[in-house]
Amino acid sequence: MFDIDKWQEIFSTIKKNRLRTFLTGFSVAWGIFMLIILLGSGKGLENGIHSNFDNDAANSIWIYPGQTSKSYNGIQPGKYVRFTNADYERLKKDHIAIQRISSRYDIRGNDIISYKNEYGSFGVNTIHPDMEFIENSFPIEGRFINNIDIKKLRKVAVIGDLVRDALCKNGESPIGNYIKISGVPFKVVGIYSENSNNDGERRRIYIPISTAQMVFTGANSVNNIALTVKDMTAKQSSQFEETLKSTFASSHNFDKDDDRAIFIQNNQENLKEFQNAFQGIRLFIWVIGIGTIIAGIVGVSNIMLIVVKERTKEIGVRKAIGATPWSIVGSIIQESILITSFAGYIGLVLGVFLMEIIAKNIPADSMMFKNPEIDIKVAISATILLIISGTFAGYIPARRAAKIKPVEALRDE
Amino acid sequence: MIELKGLHKSYITGNNKLHVLKGFDLTIEQGELVSIMGSSGSGKSTLLNILGILDSYDEGYYKLNNTLMSNLTEKKAAHYRNNMLGFVFQSFNLISFKNAVENVALPLYYQGVNRKKRNKIALEYLDRMGLKNWAEHMPNELSGGQKQRVAIARAMISKPKVILADEPTGALDSTTSIEVMNLFREINKTGITMIIVTHEQDISEETDRIIYLKDGIIESEYSPKQLINV
Repeated sequence: MFDIDKWQEIFSTIKKNRLRTFLTGFSVAWGIFMLIILLGSGKGLENGIHSNFDNDAANSIWIYPGQTSKSYNGIQPGKYVRFTNADYERLKKDHIAIQRISSRYDIRGNDIISYKNEYGSFGVNTIHPDMEFIENSFPIEGRFINNIDIKKLRKVAVIGDLVRDALCKNGESPIGNYIKISGVPFKVVGIYSENSNNDGERRRIYIPISTAQMVFTGANSVNNIALTVKDMTAKQSSQFEETLKSTFASSHNFDKDDDRAIFIQNNQENLKEFQNAFQGIRLFIWVIGIGTIIAGIVGVSNIMLIVVKERTKEIGVRKAIGATPWSIVGSIIQESILITSFAGYIGLVLGVFLMEIIAKNIPADSMMFKNPEIDIKVAISATILLIISGTFAGYIPARRAAKIKPVEALRDE
Repeated sequence: MIELKGLHKSYITGNNKLHVLKGFDLTIEQGELVSIMGSSGSGKSTLLNILGILDSYDEGYYKLNNTLMSNLTEKKAAHYRNNMLGFVFQSFNLISFKNAVENVALPLYYQGVNRKKRNKIALEYLDRMGLKNWAEHMPNELSGGQKQRVAIARAMISKPKVILADEPTGALDSTTSIEVMNLFREINKTGITMIIVTHEQDISEETDRIIYLKDGIIESEYSPKQLINV
C-alpha cells in the first residue's frame, strides 16, 4: 500500500545524501544502459544478417550443376552435369518432403527490355509458378505466373516494381500491355515486390520456363532447381540434402560423394546455424549485461551498508521511540528499490533513446545492422529485474539495521 | 507501576564477565519523580536501559504496569516503548534532517497517525515548551536548552506512563538546567512518572526520591524533603 509518510521519510534521507545517492544510482543506470545497448546492438546485428535471408524462403534449397571430380562407372572426372526438365519432374514426383519446386533457365544476352519507347537492362528469369514462394516475390498488382501459362506456353511476364518504375515514367500501369524481350513481346500480367535489401531482387522479369525454352532455346535445359521443404530440423534438412545428392548421382551417373558434381545451397541449414550462433550471442549479451547490473547492485548494497552504519545512532533513536524492526527493514529496502528503479529506469530510457538515434542513422540498405529495436518484453524484464535487484541490494543492509540493538545504537558515535 | 525484583545483569567483555546489577529490588509508584545517582560503573545507566526495554536482564523480573517485561519480541518491545515510555537523552538525539515539529511528531508516525494530525499535535506540545515559533527550525539552528525541550516534547507526545531521562541536564548550563527541571516537575504533576539518572546533586534534590547506586546494588535512598526536615 502507498504510504506517503514512508516515502517522505525516504526522500528526507535521500535528500540528506544527494551526492552519494547520485553515485549509487549512476552505477545501476550504467548497468541497465549497457544491457540495453548490448541487447539493441545484438538485435540490430541479428536483424541485419537475418535480412540477407529474406531474399529467399528460409527453407529453400538451391541445386546447381557442376563438373565431376571423381571417376565413376568408367567415366573419367571432368564430366559436366546438365539438368533438364526430367530432373524437375523426377524431384517433384519422388520426394514428398518437397513443398514448392521450380526450375530456372537463364536467358543469355536478352537483358535489354523495351516497353513502348523506354529501354532498360534487367535480368530475365524463366521459372515455374512455385518460384513466387521460393523467391518471396509476391505480386503487388495483377498476378504471378501460373500453371496454365506453363501448360499453354503463354508469352506472359511478371515484372519487379523497380522494372515498372524504370519503364513506366508517367506512372501508368503496364498490366495488360506488352514488353519486348529480345524483340519478342510478352504481356505483363503482374508486378511483384520483395522485402529485400537487395534492389537487384526487384529488378527482374519472370516468364514461364516452358515458353522460354520454346521461344529462345528450343531445348529442355535447366540451369538450376530451387525448392522448399516441409518443416524440418537442421539435421533432417541436412539428411534430405544427402538424399537429393543420391537422386542426382543415380540419374546423372556420378559418385554421390563427389562434391564438385552438383552444388547444394541449403538456406534452412544456413539459417539454423545462424540462429544457433545468435542464440549463443544473445545468451552472452545477457550474461555480460546482467554481470554489469550485478556490479551496480553490489555497489548499491555496499552503499546501503555504509548508510546503515552511518545511521546506526538514528536507527537506535527511532527504535527507542517505537520503530519496529519491520519499519526499519521496510524503509531501507524501499530506499534501495527507489534508487535502483529510478536510476535503472533512467538508464533504460537513455539506452532506448540512443538505440532510436542509431536506428534512424543506419543506411536503409545496410546488410549487417538493421532495426536495433528493444523488445517491450525485454524492457519489462529489465524493470522487473531492477525491482528484484533493488530488493536484494537493500535486504542485507536492512537485516543488519533491524538487528541493531537500540542500547548499542544509542552508544554509537 | 514499576516493580523490580532480584534483578541481575552481566556483560561479557572478551573473557571477562562484568556483573553490573547484583540482585536489585526497586518499586516506583505511578506519578513519582525519582532520581538515580551513583558513580561511574555503579549500574545506573544499565538500570535505565532495562527500565526503557532497551536492554534485557539475566535474572529476576521487571514488571511495568503489572506486565512482565521479559522475553518480549522486538515488535512487542517497540509497542511498549512507543506507548508506555518516553526518553530524554543527555545528547538530545534529535534527528538532524528533520525540523523541530517533525522530530516531536516521530513517535506518532510509528503509531500510524497521519502527517497532518501528528504535526498539529506536535505543534501543541512545542507550544507548551515555548517553542512554537521554532517549529520549522532544524536541530542545528536550536540552542542546547531548546533542543532538550524539543526532546522532552517528543518524549511526551505519545502520553507515556513513564519518562526516562538519562543525564538530561548534562549538556546544559545551570540556568537552562533549572528550566528543564521545572519542566520535569510540571510534567510530573500531570501524573507521569519521571525517572532521572543524574550525577548532579542539585538536580537530584529537585526530585521526590533519590536512589543511590553503588556496585550494582542500592546503597541508600531518601527523600530530599526528609533531609530538609532533618
